[in-house]
Amino acid sequence: MDVFSVLTPGAYTTVQDEGRFGYQQMGIPVSGVLDSFAFRVANMLVENPVNCAVLEITVMGPRLEVLSEADISITGAEMGITLNDQPVQGWRSIKVKPGDILGINQVKSGCRAYLAVTGGIDVSEVMGSRSTYVGGKIGGYYGRSLKQGDIIKRGKGLKLKPARHLSPAVIPKYSSNIVIHAVPGPQDDFFDEGLKTMFESEFMVSAKADRMGYRLQGPVIKHREEVPKSIISEPSVPGGIQVPADGQPIILLVEQTVGGYTKIATVISTDICKVAQATPGDLIRFEQITLETAHTLYRDRQKFMQELEEKHIIRIS
Amino acid sequence: MQNVLFKKPLFRIAGDRGLLVEYGDVIDPDINNKVRSMAIVMEKETPEGVLETIPTYRSLLIIYNPAITNLARLKKEILALEERLSEIKIAPPDTVEIPVCYGQEFGPDIEFVAEHNSITADDVIRIHSGAEYQIYMIGFTPGFPFLGGLQESLHTPRLETPRFIVPEGSVGIANNQTGIYPVASPGGWQLIGRTPIRLFSPERSNPFIYKAGDRIRFKPISEEDYTRLAGEVEK
Repeated sequence: MDVFSVLTPGAYTTVQDEGRFGYQQMGIPVSGVLDSFAFRVANMLVENPVNCAVLEITVMGPRLEVLSEADISITGAEMGITLNDQPVQGWRSIKVKPGDILGINQVKSGCRAYLAVTGGIDVSEVMGSRSTYVGGKIGGYYGRSLKQGDIIKRGKGLKLKPARHLSPAVIPKYSSNIVIHAVPGPQDDFFDEGLKTMFESEFMVSAKADRMGYRLQGPVIKHREEVPKSIISEPSVPGGIQVPADGQPIILLVEQTVGGYTKIATVISTDICKVAQATPGDLIRFEQITLETAHTLYRDRQKFMQELEEKHIIRIS
Repeated sequence: MQNVLFKKPLFRIAGDRGLLVEYGDVIDPDINNKVRSMAIVMEKETPEGVLETIPTYRSLLIIYNPAITNLARLKKEILALEERLSEIKIAPPDTVEIPVCYGQEFGPDIEFVAEHNSITADDVIRIHSGAEYQIYMIGFTPGFPFLGGLQESLHTPRLETPRFIVPEGSVGIANNQTGIYPVASPGGWQLIGRTPIRLFSPERSNPFIYKAGDRIRFKPISEEDYTRLAGEVEK
């Protein structure tokens, strides 16, 4: 069912779900949403199954004409949302009807917003996922970001009776000073002083920050004198912090497959959503934790997510 | 012959969901064969909590669910599988033949490769299509095979300035490696020919015609064959 006509596409808007798993050995990166928390909540707010596709909206949002009745929700970055030029709130369900004009404006805090709609964004699954991999021109809406004039369809789903919103207590606040937890490795043994620089300095997000990776600027992270600065190419995981010869780190993200530079540390998976909401100019500090602590945090987050719908999604009667 | 395989694999932590298992630190067919065997065994007898095993030149990247397993358990299970490697039947690698039209507009750098190695373009074709190559790893773009086994007489450095667009199907050389571009992408490899067959078809249930560890042979074809085969692919 047609649900949106794209009047203006915004800076960079793509269709994403959880990602395309199992094909990295064939050179296909996982893609998928960068902020999995905002994504999960967006679907919960319209009572969608967990992995329904959404629009991932970056920095400047699209202007959409509504073509059929539906519930929508917009989570993640604060972007100044309007419905027929009247301001509406994020992190809650909103009823829309044909002829409505939905505006998602310039970002105020954070970087990426997520728009979920009843039944999920309907595009064909490619290799088990609806996520767009722009570099490979596959998945999503014709393998690309949205353009003016595109018609977006939605899947089947029931409309909500009472509206829903997320408890304000658990709505993330996006700061320009970000602390990110990371576990040393896989190539931490290529560094000694460099590890200290990594975990005791502040790095600024550069303008080169996208779904492939975030380039950071800060003090030079030195490799040990006697080691090579590059390694035999190997696949990377989202969150890997690569240090090329110039010593300026890059956080590798979801559209990366292989690389030949050393990775000093890896951002824990539950903190990738913090990277997703960082914008150029923001300051990042990395806090070193052990793998055991990372696993505890992982399980805690999983439990929190399982209970989220029950504890923190509020029905408005 | 010097044994380049590590006596014991080296485990490297790649975040809270990734574990790299290294079997050597050079590019070598024996190390890569070991990687292939372990990848197959991991697929046959996947330890609980392992979501994906990605073979590379000299290591396996294992993606796991930390809510189900942990590092100590994984290491133990991987070492146990390695112990039993000789008992587990591992099918020999497949060999895939790729038709290639060498030279002309399909391989604009073939003369450069020939001159660089003081041979003729015909020698390049004969030598390149006369060998069998091992797929060490797949990556960079969907289905891009990094192939080992290139004869020394064809080794050629990358282009000084990479091309903005390398056409789909292009066969290239970079130093001691050869490879194929399954999708059009930027690239700096010296292009010597092009295949008309599709190496990546995302709409098919199996989108690829080879996997890491398989062998590839190149078969020289004429321009007429190229056009005919390309026409069949279009259908």
